[in-house]
Amino acid sequence: MEATTTSKNSNSNGAPILSVRGLKVYFPISSGKFFVPPIPLKAVDDVSFDLYSGEALGVVGESGCGKSTLGRGVLQLIEPTAGEVVWQGHHLEGLGPKQMILYRRDLQIIFQDPLASLNPRMTIGDIIAEPLTVHYPELSKDERKQRVAKIMEEVGLLPQMINRYPHEFSGGQCQRIGVARAMILRPKLIVCDEPVSALDVSIQAQIINLIQDLQQSFGLSLIFISHDLSIVRHISHRIMVLYLGNVMEIADKLSLYDEPKHPYTKALISAVPIPDPEQEKNKQRIVLEGDLPSPLSPPTGCVFRTRCPIAQPLCAKEKPPLVDAGAKHQVACHFWDADIR
Amino acid sequence: MLLDVQNLTTRFYTHDGEVCAVSDVNFSIEPGECLGIVGESGSGKTQVFMSIMGLLAKNGQAEGKAYFNGKQILGLNPAELNKLRGVEFSMIFQDPMTSLNPYLRISRQMTEVLMEHRGMGEEDATKASIDMLDLVGIPESRKRIGMYPHEFSGGMRQRVMIAMALLCQPKLLIADEPTTALDVTVQAQILELLARLGRELNMATVMITHDLGVIAGLSDRVVVMYGGRIVEQATVHQVFNDPQHPYTRGLLDSMPRLDDPGSDKLYTIAGQPPNLQNLPSGCSFAPRCEFVMEKCWTDRPELAEIGSGRMKACYLEKM
Repeated sequence: MEATTTSKNSNSNGAPILSVRGLKVYFPISSGKFFVPPIPLKAVDDVSFDLYSGEALGVVGESGCGKSTLGRGVLQLIEPTAGEVVWQGHHLEGLGPKQMILYRRDLQIIFQDPLASLNPRMTIGDIIAEPLTVHYPELSKDERKQRVAKIMEEVGLLPQMINRYPHEFSGGQCQRIGVARAMILRPKLIVCDEPVSALDVSIQAQIINLIQDLQQSFGLSLIFISHDLSIVRHISHRIMVLYLGNVMEIADKLSLYDEPKHPYTKALISAVPIPDPEQEKNKQRIVLEGDLPSPLSPPTGCVFRTRCPIAQPLCAKEKPPLVDAGAKHQVACHFWDADIR
Repeated sequence: MLLDVQNLTTRFYTHDGEVCAVSDVNFSIEPGECLGIVGESGSGKTQVFMSIMGLLAKNGQAEGKAYFNGKQILGLNPAELNKLRGVEFSMIFQDPMTSLNPYLRISRQMTEVLMEHRGMGEEDATKASIDMLDLVGIPESRKRIGMYPHEFSGGMRQRVMIAMALLCQPKLLIADEPTTALDVTVQAQILELLARLGRELNMATVMITHDLGVIAGLSDRVVVMYGGRIVEQATVHQVFNDPQHPYTRGLLDSMPRLDDPGSDKLYTIAGQPPNLQNLPSGCSFAPRCEFVMEKCWTDRPELAEIGSGRMKACYLEKM
């Protein structure tokens, strides 16, 4: 494998490897009436970000905030409604499947449900080798098998297991198979879509360490999607907070967790239970009222205002733009620096 | 003592043979206290309470004793259990959608409990149900009670479940992963609600979860289960500040923490959880334990008191 990608965690040096500008993914939902056109469900609404080589970008948010759709929109697994996705200088939006295949070997994904994302009727050897048969059909059978055995070792599976079927493996091992399948083409970017949320605590740590090891030794870029803020904090360099398809805040890990600026980020961080009885009993928790509004009829202005503890009349009128709030720290709130209690 | 469980063993008879989900479990709950039960999937944490509630699957068999307020309740017939379930103790589950009947309005599902157990008329029962919905923080309860389960969000459904479980003011509420299916901000709401209700109604709570964070804020005492057995039992402070069993410590160390920027690498417990169908003859944690000794492979450590009221099942004197 060409070792050109092993640039060590060179955050934000040089040009971004991936640029996303104004990405929108809308799903038309039938209005139920014949003459009334479908209503757009804005799963991802105007999201922009850059990703640098070797960087891990965490995407957090609650269910329905559009984090998975964002990952799929970037990979063109769902066709974006509008916006640009630029991968190493090439526009990906609007490419047909034939042209897209050239880029697919660089762009891979790991899914949430480890067992459901593996074909139960294929041996794991075939599952892991499938990307090779698509992208490198010229490889001989032996060569393919060698590469599969090598990658299996790298992800902590015994190469003797090559002829077994997915149901013979535990959840953690299935996720290792998913990682092997994503890694076999030596991609440059992997979208990890909740890769550990279906796993037990003791197995979670194993998979997180595996992904982190691979990321560091191959200089991978990651988009790490998760609802678990502790895991995102552990693995990411930079973190993006989504709410109803909109970016609320994007910042370096440390400044996001130490000095969150957006009221939603603050509430999200304070809601995470910490395994320490002293802290848990004494901490002032910001409990948000109510539930996520329906994405079919999002609130006017700022989408978060219906649950925001500091909402003002302006928030209903104008949607706050994403503005700079410090070094490499952007926030979408009218009142991020105002003192409102 | 509100609930005293002695030598509880639960087996399932499957096509592939006998599975021992719970082995020789002993613990007790005092009135008004909150007990946390931690373990991974397959540790038997849910089956302990399914056995006590008489809710085991058909191929399951529970042995042992469970005294509720001094009365032995394990293995009672359904008619006798029905007089206690929902009245003296209630249980709420992980996924509220599968626990509510999708065909019936909330009003019908709630009033039924009161009419059955308390002999109330429909009007009184409806009034009491609305009061209960108010208590668990459902807005516009008068209107909401006439709705169907699908019209509620996940967090609201869990509130409805809690309201239903509390209608007869039970002395013990068993919550089985009540927040696992919910988002963090909604989880925070539900945890706060459970803490408040426990205080206000002076009700004992059992919190079954895999998330140590959830236990930390809510529980007074913690029971850690592994492979169908209790491996450690102590107060919440002892468990979190000074875990004595290698498994408990491994669990705590393998979680990435929000309050701790942490090292580069997470601690991991190697290997897989045990197969309950053929548990090792020694300690079931031995294959994954970094402190394993020779006798761990052959002899099983019993749960024993190690001073200041705490218990562990491990031969290791000090980690």
